[in-house]
Amino acid sequence: MTTSTNLVYLIALPLFSAGLLLLLGRIADKWGHILATLVSASVFAIGLIEFFAMQGREGEARAATQKIFEWISVGSFQADASLLLDQLSICFVLLISGVGTLIHIYSIAYMSHDHDRRRFFAYLNLFIAAMLLLVLGDSYLNLYVGWEGVGLASYLLIGFWNQKPAYATAAKKAFVANRVGDVGLSLAIMIAFTQFGTVTFAGVKESASGASAGALTAIGAMLLLAAAGKSAQFPLQSWLGDAMAGPTPVSALIHAATMVTAGVYLITRSNFIFDASPTAQLMVVCVGAITLLFGALIGTAKDDIKKALAASTMSQIGYMILATGLGPVGYAFAIMHLLTHGFFKAGMFLGAGSVMHGMNDEVNMRRYGAIGKVMPITAATFGLGYLAILGVPPFAGFYSKDKIIETAFNAGGIEGILLGGATLLGAAITAFYMTRVIVLTFTGTKRWDENAHPHESPFLMWAPMAVLAIGSVASGFLLSSGSALVNWLQPVVNEHHEHHAEEFLPPMVVSAMALTFVAIGVAFAVLKYRTVAVVAPESVSVFTKAARKDLYQDSFNEAVFMRPGQKLTSALLTTDNKVIDGLVGAVGWIIQTSASSLRVIQNGYVRSYALIMVLGVLALVTAVWMVTL
Amino acid sequence: MEISNYIYLSALLFTIGAIGVVVRRNAIVVFMCVELMLNATNLAFVTFSRVHGNLDGQVASFFTMVVAACEVVVGLAIIVTIYRSRRSASVDDASLLKR
Repeated sequence: MTTSTNLVYLIALPLFSAGLLLLLGRIADKWGHILATLVSASVFAIGLIEFFAMQGREGEARAATQKIFEWISVGSFQADASLLLDQLSICFVLLISGVGTLIHIYSIAYMSHDHDRRRFFAYLNLFIAAMLLLVLGDSYLNLYVGWEGVGLASYLLIGFWNQKPAYATAAKKAFVANRVGDVGLSLAIMIAFTQFGTVTFAGVKESASGASAGALTAIGAMLLLAAAGKSAQFPLQSWLGDAMAGPTPVSALIHAATMVTAGVYLITRSNFIFDASPTAQLMVVCVGAITLLFGALIGTAKDDIKKALAASTMSQIGYMILATGLGPVGYAFAIMHLLTHGFFKAGMFLGAGSVMHGMNDEVNMRRYGAIGKVMPITAATFGLGYLAILGVPPFAGFYSKDKIIETAFNAGGIEGILLGGATLLGAAITAFYMTRVIVLTFTGTKRWDENAHPHESPFLMWAPMAVLAIGSVASGFLLSSGSALVNWLQPVVNEHHEHHAEEFLPPMVVSAMALTFVAIGVAFAVLKYRTVAVVAPESVSVFTKAARKDLYQDSFNEAVFMRPGQKLTSALLTTDNKVIDGLVGAVGWIIQTSASSLRVIQNGYVRSYALIMVLGVLALVTAVWMVTL
Repeated sequence: MEISNYIYLSALLFTIGAIGVVVRRNAIVVFMCVELMLNATNLAFVTFSRVHGNLDGQVASFFTMVVAACEVVVGLAIIVTIYRSRRSASVDDASLLKR
């Protein structure tokens, strides 16, 4: 371990900038976006410096730590606000700050007409700070702070245009769904604390080997719940589609490239827990497999370009989660897919934003068509991202996604065949819906609104898209040449090469199968969407109807959780009003009625008082007489 | 003379006074009935003083007389004031306290 003094700036700079922009208010309107972008860029620069410094160190010394301050110190329990920059964190730091900076630049142009651009940039910087804290924290407790921070930033940015009630509702929905996951994370931390007495990654890793299987499975399941909430995985996936209410750069940065992948980070970071608990791993794999098909199916029916991409994000993160559940061999491929996905999906979201920018914020792909001719750069960058997500060699997705499919098959036995089949099927559906997006948007005939005058976006917008497109092309090759990323992450994920011994299928065969499936998907989409109706057809199969309704996820949640929950609260309210308040009210009522019946005696006539006194004395005397008799 | 006759007389006077307080409406009459009750007790005090052969009861009756004198002063003043303001000396008319 090396101690570093620079790590704190990674978080402090964007946090300071966010605070400054929010506190200064309208004064900062003129230069707020420039400051925020510069801060983001300097964070990226610090990240690069740290990365190269890390390259210069060897073995154990590669990971760097920094203790910022003593946070909680109670008896023998000690929790410091400490940062840990190791081989895994640095990947995220570079992705977050790199893609983040590009998206800051893009947003300068994209949000230029928005009255509240400064506030937008303040939130973006807040997000960068929180996300970096999430990946840099050296304990689950520090991670939790960042975890909540990104949840807050996500909420603020989804509801950025909260003057529209639907958008505000979407923000609330995302927040609530995330809370469910957060409960999982806090429970995992509590279990870890009671079992091991520590919550640092290093401490838990040390104690995990001697822990009971039940405790490890419980922690793993709770961590998976947390990951499902943040990464929009089954069964907490319903918020991501609505989260597209936020401005498109937000969708690109938070809901495609970085925040939603926090679940993958969490599982990879906790590899020592999942490796020791096959049950938890099985759960992870199932969640991943279900979500990758779930998301892909939703993606096939969405006419809103952003929602189609969101469904795709869900599905791709399903791939990553699945890979993390496959044991030590899968983590590196999950992270590799995460990085390449960060490039191509962010690029495609920015492309979608660029199209919307030119089409008066129209998101319905059925009103697009033939945009490739008027927006050639957008079309080209989007196309490169498209080839990357399909996994066409030599684009990025080929290296990462094929590896996941291959690893899934190598899981062995029935499980391997099922998982491999799911990933292959997912790849085919992915090819179908992404081709659908391309065909509906960039080719075919014009189906534009009369007022639409699409034009190529300004330089500030297409430059980040171009950079991300280059990443979509090259990142896969760079990360996998000579197993670069696998070797790099080896110290963190404990991957040993003996796992490679048994291979179910040779890599060439897997790639060929994947490409065949992809080709089938593409062919289907091209044939099906030769002509496109401006209004979505009503007479469609039951599957299409289900996919349009997000496979009834909202109806399910409403029927199973929301309505019974409302019933429960109203029942509790009635209990409170009738039973609890009723008891209190009854005491008052008894006193009141008895008092008003006794009040009759107090009639104000002196003579009756005198009579009562006389009678009272008589009664007293009689009583004394009776007793003494 | 039998000493118990004094006690009977005292009880009789007290009862007459008590009944007068309860049944009569005129404040002056009620007042006089109260005096009658006080004097009935005085008689009882003096009788018991005689029975016990000491002066305690007589001293107590002096206290009663002093208190009765004070009471007459205050009570008559109140009755006169009420009569002036309400043109009536009936105790039933002075029943405003119930509200």
